[in-house]
Amino acid sequence: MIRLTRRRLIGSLGAGAGGLLLSGCDRIDASPTVQSLLGLGEKATFGAQRIVTDRAALAPEYGAADMSPTFRTNGNRDPGTPEYAAHVANGFADWRLAVDGLVASPLALSLAQIRGLPRRTQITRHDCVEGWSAIGQWTGLPLGMLLKQAGLRSSARYIVFHCADFFGSRPYYESIDLIDAFHPQTILAWAMNGQTLDVGHGAPLRLRVERQLGYKQAKYVMRVEAVASLAGIGGGKGGFWEDVSGYQWYAGI
Amino acid sequence: METDSTTPQGGDTVYRHRLPVRLWHWTNALAVFVMLMSGLMIFNAHPHLYWGQYGANYDHSWLDITPGHLRIGPLTIATPHLLGVPANGRIVAFPPWATIPSHYDLASARRWHFAFAWVLVVPGLLFLLWGLVRRHFWRDLAPARTELTPRHLWHDISDHARLRFPTGAAARRYNILQKLAYGAVIFVLLPGVVLTGLTMSPAIDAAWPWLLDLFGGRPSARSIHFLCAMGLAAFILIHLLMVVLAGPINEVRSMITGRYRLPKETSE
Repeated sequence: MIRLTRRRLIGSLGAGAGGLLLSGCDRIDASPTVQSLLGLGEKATFGAQRIVTDRAALAPEYGAADMSPTFRTNGNRDPGTPEYAAHVANGFADWRLAVDGLVASPLALSLAQIRGLPRRTQITRHDCVEGWSAIGQWTGLPLGMLLKQAGLRSSARYIVFHCADFFGSRPYYESIDLIDAFHPQTILAWAMNGQTLDVGHGAPLRLRVERQLGYKQAKYVMRVEAVASLAGIGGGKGGFWEDVSGYQWYAGI
Repeated sequence: METDSTTPQGGDTVYRHRLPVRLWHWTNALAVFVMLMSGLMIFNAHPHLYWGQYGANYDHSWLDITPGHLRIGPLTIATPHLLGVPANGRIVAFPPWATIPSHYDLASARRWHFAFAWVLVVPGLLFLLWGLVRRHFWRDLAPARTELTPRHLWHDISDHARLRFPTGAAARRYNILQKLAYGAVIFVLLPGVVLTGLTMSPAIDAAWPWLLDLFGGRPSARSIHFLCAMGLAAFILIHLLMVVLAGPINEVRSMITGRYRLPKETSE
């Protein structure tokens, strides 16, 4: 019989912990149980943020003096498809934004029509999930206004943004809930820093959802779809990076 | 701490750490360990730090980790095999042994970080509440006026440097360096990481914009977050070293059972 002394117990606990640290961390990380536990933390974070913060709170807006001298591009810098190149060549004259899904009257709007609708201009901070921040000015159509015009059905729960760019064979897409969709700062931007939105930053239309991270700010938006569930769209997790890399769908943190 | 009619002496076992201290110590040890390692992985996604309201690649950074080098302001230090090392076909700022997960995976590191943030914050707040209500901070951590004299401080520092630790009845209470170190962790570094962490959340910034005013912008908050984390890492290193030097079995046991054997007085 092994006599388990306190000294030996502490010693073996220490050795066990050491072994755990060196070899076990990635095995722990790979375990589905652990991942679902960590997922609970994610849900708690989302829930807590929604509970303790004002759902209508505006993201900080900055002055012109605070703007980044250079606002870097990230992700896809040009969709590079023949269709998109043709749109660029004729100044998006034939381009139409589709608004469909769970709406009473689906829309197909030209860029000129969108620019003719009410606009909001805001100087806000763009926070990349990687850790950098850039401040720029955005002008565009409040999404809530567009959704009201299309007549959102009561069964709609999410708004999905389908984009013109691809990573490999997978098209980029993103989604937000209705709280963010109807937030006054959530706009479909067609201008940046006082200029027509350029290709690098998502021409002709880019989502700005100011209380979330950069990967939610879908560029090259072609279609806005109202849905009841995110299942069945892309990989079902609500966005390209969510599907492919496991990024959190709620990117408020 | 127990009040005995007789003063305990070296070799006596005394009740040194109350249950809330012990519980919090271990939940916090776990949380800080995971937070530090997953935080280093998150840092690896953009190994540059800035001051101000914005900060990205074209902007002026005050700290960069580049292949084999660490730059802090005008100072560049070669860090071969330590920082900016090749791992699985890419260069990472902090090496695999220091990060969770060990390979580059920002999404997974964020999941660990934000899950264990709860383990850091919830027990931390409970401990803070307990310490205030039960006057633990006043009784055991607040330095006495006489302890803060330069003479006393210097005496304690030189004793520590010569690895002479308090013995007998003097070892029942925290010495001034312990009080200052634990106080800095509980009242500066931990609140610092939590508040700067919240400041990096765009949703929290919308709700509580005063956080941005407090820290001078999100990139500044990220820099302070990193500095507080490095402060915690430095504390842990010294703390572990002190535990080993002061007698690891007795020290670890006291943090598990609460009971601590006072070191014997040595005759000089």
